Amino acid sequence: MWEYLVSLPVLGLALMLQVAIFSRLNLLYGSADLLLIVVAAWSLQERVRSAWVWCVLAGLLVGYVSGLPWFVPLVGYLLVTGLAAFLRQRVWQAPLLAMFIVCFIGTLVMQTLAFVVLRLLGDPLAFDQSFSLIILPSVLLNLFIGMLVYPLLRNLAAQFHPEEVD
Amino acid sequence: MKKFTPRSLQTIIIVLVSVGLVAMALGGFFNTATSRVGQFIVNAQTWISIRYVAVVDFLTVPRDVASLRQRNTELEAEVARLQTQVIELQERVTETEVLSALVDFARANPVNTYKAATIVGRDPSPFLRYVIINVGSNDGIRTGMPVVNDRGLVGRVDAVAAEAARVQLITDPASQVNVRLQGSNTDALLIGSVTGDLSLDMISQDANVPVGEVVLTSGLGGGFPPNILVGQVLSIRKLDYELFQQATVQPVVDFNQVQFVLVIINFRPVDITPLIPSQAP
Repeated sequence: MWEYLVSLPVLGLALMLQVAIFSRLNLLYGSADLLLIVVAAWSLQERVRSAWVWCVLAGLLVGYVSGLPWFVPLVGYLLVTGLAAFLRQRVWQAPLLAMFIVCFIGTLVMQTLAFVVLRLLGDPLAFDQSFSLIILPSVLLNLFIGMLVYPLLRNLAAQFHPEEVD
Repeated sequence: MKKFTPRSLQTIIIVLVSVGLVAMALGGFFNTATSRVGQFIVNAQTWISIRYVAVVDFLTVPRDVASLRQRNTELEAEVARLQTQVIELQERVTETEVLSALVDFARANPVNTYKAATIVGRDPSPFLRYVIINVGSNDGIRTGMPVVNDRGLVGRVDAVAAEAARVQLITDPASQVNVRLQGSNTDALLIGSVTGDLSLDMISQDANVPVGEVVLTSGLGGGFPPNILVGQVLSIRKLDYELFQQATVQPVVDFNQVQFVLVIINFRPVDITPLIPSQAP
């Protein structure tokens, strides 16, 4: 129950940090997506049951704040959570590796989805420019920040689901 | 009658000798000797005094070091506090200068009514160049209102909440602004890009546009008021086989540094969409 209740303040804080700080920290023209990282890290926690709720909430929050169509972050985060759930069952012995993979593929998928939707809406975005100046730097930033955020979320998850001692 | 006894004679002799010595001393006969003796005494006194002070210092130093360390800590704390204060004051000065420039701009353009706002965030998506400002519908902000600062055009309000609004910068890839090149009196279309660079399109092939030409809003289309400064032409690309010339523009606004903006709240954008003829099927 608590992991559901805590989702709003945690994601709200992450959104504020994203809008105020992380969106301004650019590598070339890319920036990190803290909400995606939080959703990915939370979804990879073993005993967590609220991953899909966190994902939908994060998607709606970003969809409300961002100029992107509201469904783009929602669909992107759903895909990230699905990928994390898939990997959690297979690479459970190497959570950091799983986090690495989810951040990498998740960011690629999320940013490509945003690119495609914006192109369909008529924005004059060039793929090669977008890929080299925005998508790849964003992936790099997310990989780096993901390694820092994952332990925080693991500790948070441990608060709600302490490991059983045999 | 009393006799002079040897004892009296001895006394008289001593007195006479003493008087003689005093007289000789007063006459300066003993100056050399007295000065040497005095020098010796002073040196001895100095030696003793120095040793005494050294011993006293030795005995009292630990207490002084402790008090000096305490004092030093206090002073360091005071310096840190003052440095913080200086930084805060410098920030306030900078803020005041920016606000003062905005006020000057508003006074210089009394036709418009402005609402000052602070930029509190940027869009989470790196594809978009939007900023979040801290005024919203409660402050009279409406969608489509132009946003400027003391230098020139910043963008337009894209979405409004009660206490905040989202502004699309003119550098956004989807942004299009009708502009006029001041010197050549030519209309053009200002468009943003992924990299934040501004470019001009739809410049007539007949127009002679020099580098450095000032770019202003034209007011065409009803999206922005006319004559707001946008930037200067940086370079021009003119190819004979193309329909229009293109140009790059150096904006007057530094979009990475802008902190405060003015929303023109008495400007209502005109929606000309119904006037655009639909394409025949």
